[in-house]
Amino acid sequence: MTNEAMFFYLFSAVLVSSATMVVVARNSVRAVLFLVLCFVSASGLWILLQAEFLAIVLVLVYVGAVMVMFLFVVMMLDVDQAQLKAGFARHLPLGLLVAAVMVVEMLLVLQPENFGLVTAENVGSGLTSNTKAIGRMLYTDYFYPFEIAAVVLLVGIVAAISLTLRKRPDSRYIDPSEQVGVKASDRLRMVDMESDNR
Amino acid sequence: MITLSHYLTLGAILFSIGVVGIFLNRKNVIILLMSVELILLAVNMNFVAFSYYLDDLAGQVVVFFVLAVAAAESAIGLALIVVLFRTRATINVDDIQQLKG
Repeated sequence: MTNEAMFFYLFSAVLVSSATMVVVARNSVRAVLFLVLCFVSASGLWILLQAEFLAIVLVLVYVGAVMVMFLFVVMMLDVDQAQLKAGFARHLPLGLLVAAVMVVEMLLVLQPENFGLVTAENVGSGLTSNTKAIGRMLYTDYFYPFEIAAVVLLVGIVAAISLTLRKRPDSRYIDPSEQVGVKASDRLRMVDMESDNR
Repeated sequence: MITLSHYLTLGAILFSIGVVGIFLNRKNVIILLMSVELILLAVNMNFVAFSYYLDDLAGQVVVFFVLAVAAAESAIGLALIVVLFRTRATINVDDIQQLKG
């Protein structure tokens, strides 16, 4: 067995077992942590496939930001775990049946002889930088999709903030626009009065 | 020798685990979102594998966009869950029936 095969089986075993744990874990916090393990082993597999940039992005962006956000929300919400797990055993047979059927169907299709390409003979030597090549493609051929992805992320930010923002009536909040638009007459009152000549 | 089919099989198994997660955890919205993430990871795995075996970087660029959209999706999904929990004090899917659907 070559090194590549060894690492492939190692990472896939970790990936599949941690994915199973995500689904069956009793505790949501544990499920999130197993999902982190999933993403880390997937990024290992992507490095085997010479996709270094995406592997790093998966760890930095997905594990570093999205999964931490999941963890944050799971820990913030005080949910009754036992109640949410009710009905787990009832759905288990149907779920396993559906999974078995799907896996068998896909395995029948995904046999090597159904694809023209079995091995990667035409893969480059790996001397060129993967990050450089992807960057070049993103900023030339895929420039408009790239911009649209930026807009999608902006919409995500605006939606998340506007959904969770709440006004508190008791907070001593000053409206900045009102504060800037204030005139001298609002603050200062000129009063006519006799001078005091003593 | 690791062939393309190895990676595709791995993607198929991962996808099925995600679907089973949706079946098993019908009540917990957060686990549902995490199952969707698993399914997206399976799809991304297939894209990266094809991009390697076809020697075409376009697959990796698509994965990049999928990651961006998935990040936005989970951000909005989690914001919705937070709002839901604030108003109803539950994230049980069975309790969300105000629309009588």
